[in-house]
Amino acid sequence: MDLSSINPILLLASLMVAATPLLLAAVGELVVEKAGVLNLGVEGMMITGAICGFAIAVNTGNPLLGVLAAAAGGAVLSLLFALLTQVALANQVASGLGLTLFGLGLSSLIGQGYQGIRPPSFPRLNIPGLSDMPVLGRILFSHDLMVYLGLIIVTAVWFMLKYTRAGLILRAVGENHEAAHALGYKVVRIRIMAILFGGACAGMGGAYISLIRVPQWTEGMTAGIGWIALALVVFASWKPWRVLLGAYLFGGVTVIQLNLQAAGVAIPVEYLAMSPYLITILVLVIMSADKSSAPASLGRVFHASR
Amino acid sequence: MLKLEKRPQPSKAWVWLAPVVAVIATMIAGGALFALLGKDPLVAIRTIFWDPLFSEFAFFYRPQLLVKGAPLILIAIGLSLGFRAGIWNIGAEGQYIVGALTGAGVGLMFYPMEGWFIFPLMVMAGALGGWAWATIPAVLKVKFGTNEILVSLMLVYVAEQLLASMSLGLMKNPEGFGFPGSRNLQQYPSAHNAELIAGSGMHWGVVAALIAVIFAYVMLTRHILGFHIRLTGEAPRAARFAGVNPARLVLICLGLAGALAGLAGMFEVSGPAGRVSIDFNVGYGFTAIIVAFLGRLHPLGIALAGLLMALTYIGGEIAQSRLGLPAAAIQMFQGMLLFFLLAVDVMTNYRLRLTWREVA
Repeated sequence: MDLSSINPILLLASLMVAATPLLLAAVGELVVEKAGVLNLGVEGMMITGAICGFAIAVNTGNPLLGVLAAAAGGAVLSLLFALLTQVALANQVASGLGLTLFGLGLSSLIGQGYQGIRPPSFPRLNIPGLSDMPVLGRILFSHDLMVYLGLIIVTAVWFMLKYTRAGLILRAVGENHEAAHALGYKVVRIRIMAILFGGACAGMGGAYISLIRVPQWTEGMTAGIGWIALALVVFASWKPWRVLLGAYLFGGVTVIQLNLQAAGVAIPVEYLAMSPYLITILVLVIMSADKSSAPASLGRVFHASR
Repeated sequence: MLKLEKRPQPSKAWVWLAPVVAVIATMIAGGALFALLGKDPLVAIRTIFWDPLFSEFAFFYRPQLLVKGAPLILIAIGLSLGFRAGIWNIGAEGQYIVGALTGAGVGLMFYPMEGWFIFPLMVMAGALGGWAWATIPAVLKVKFGTNEILVSLMLVYVAEQLLASMSLGLMKNPEGFGFPGSRNLQQYPSAHNAELIAGSGMHWGVVAALIAVIFAYVMLTRHILGFHIRLTGEAPRAARFAGVNPARLVLICLGLAGALAGLAGMFEVSGPAGRVSIDFNVGYGFTAIIVAFLGRLHPLGIALAGLLMALTYIGGEIAQSRLGLPAAAIQMFQGMLLFFLLAVDVMTNYRLRLTWREVA
């Protein structure tokens, strides 16, 4: 075992990379849940985004187009969920599970023939001055565009939910859909838009894994990150800033566990690989004492009878 | 314009019609999918749904129907109890793995001793293992109010790592020339879940599935526990007034589901699969969710749905070897089935009404 081989600067830098897919997926799901919809299909939308992004990036040679395709792919898949739950008034838990199962099948179907290919690499941002700073430059300012895009989206979501009228309406729909409907807001339309946003974010998160973090395509490569993102929203008590905190925390756990594996700690690899999931459970247990911050209409079916 | 109007009572006809319509719709959409992949849709559908039962090689495939259907039915029966009461155990895959590990573990412990008592002990160990794994989310939900969906699912990934660790370490075959995986239980008579009638596919897991179906049916229709489960799902407020203890119900529903999934895993590892290996689990725990819904959470429905789903597995394999249809296409096909079912299900609780847009 050689712990001194772990470089703390690289560790922190890779923490930001490991946290980004979680961050993207979780902030998307946060908006969906704020609108009162529980979409358990995050894993399915992520993996669909991962392969859509990968395929388009490989075929066009442009990773940015890949990310756009991933967002589109995730959004299209989430549209299925929106139709089921908002139009056909199906159970949200069952539909979300269906979305995940369907997404896993769809992605491995599309992914045939993409195994073992390296995608075009994503350009790293080089910010003159900032990137060259001794320690902070490597940790904070030498990542790819997507890391910052994730941060921008979190900030935008926080601002929208807290300071804009649109955010207020979204929250109203999530807290009490009957009242929002009575006030004349289009509950179903708002929810569908929120679901699409969530799908696009999850898709981008998936593309981040297949295009940047790994980067290659293997079946089922998201390996539960979508579910951890769902747990993260609970952990964050439906607050965007705490999603950020949680994502870095989980990113940290993943990176440390990988580094320990590489350093050859006496703990078997399998037990180290369990740790992110076990910690997710632990966090859920700690956070579930406080349920007051959950949107009041979360998971309930809305049917305008009048 | 078309409008949905809530029915005063769920339509009895649509409850049973919805799965049929969903299967037909899935065949049509699946046919379109296969056509997109460049296969003849009619041939593909016939290969999946007809050939395993009635082609000239059907004698080979028919037993597989029971072999593949039994674990699905066992798991789905357990899940359906919880789903009815609004308790969402989606980690059956993990409970299945742990049941297989504990069951096989007990068997391997006795190797090479022979004795009639070994197999029953393995059955108990399998059920206990699955029960214990499912009790984790149950206790956390009861004690701390933790979401059982997420916890049970996280435990699937933990169980998968445990399986890897076991097949590479503790349970590895010492005479296996360093290859991962345990001893083959099929070659250990006392632990082998052999076919009861040769060539029929009928093993102890099939018997267990049959018992589970009957047991669940009797419980749901005749026993107070079944009544409480249904009441909690259909009218939670009334259930509270009727004195249903929700914590007890969570423990029972999750525990039963876990035990059944554990049994399924144990029968699989000691029979058709034969040994503990890294790729032992093939997603029965997740497919069983589709089976439970397709069977309307009703024991008899689940038995039919389980056989149908087993058919798609077998037909899928035939289509894979004969038509070159990718395995993922079948997985997607199964996912589509759940989608169509959920969509068609709207007709059970609502009816379509043609209305004219009123002046506001």
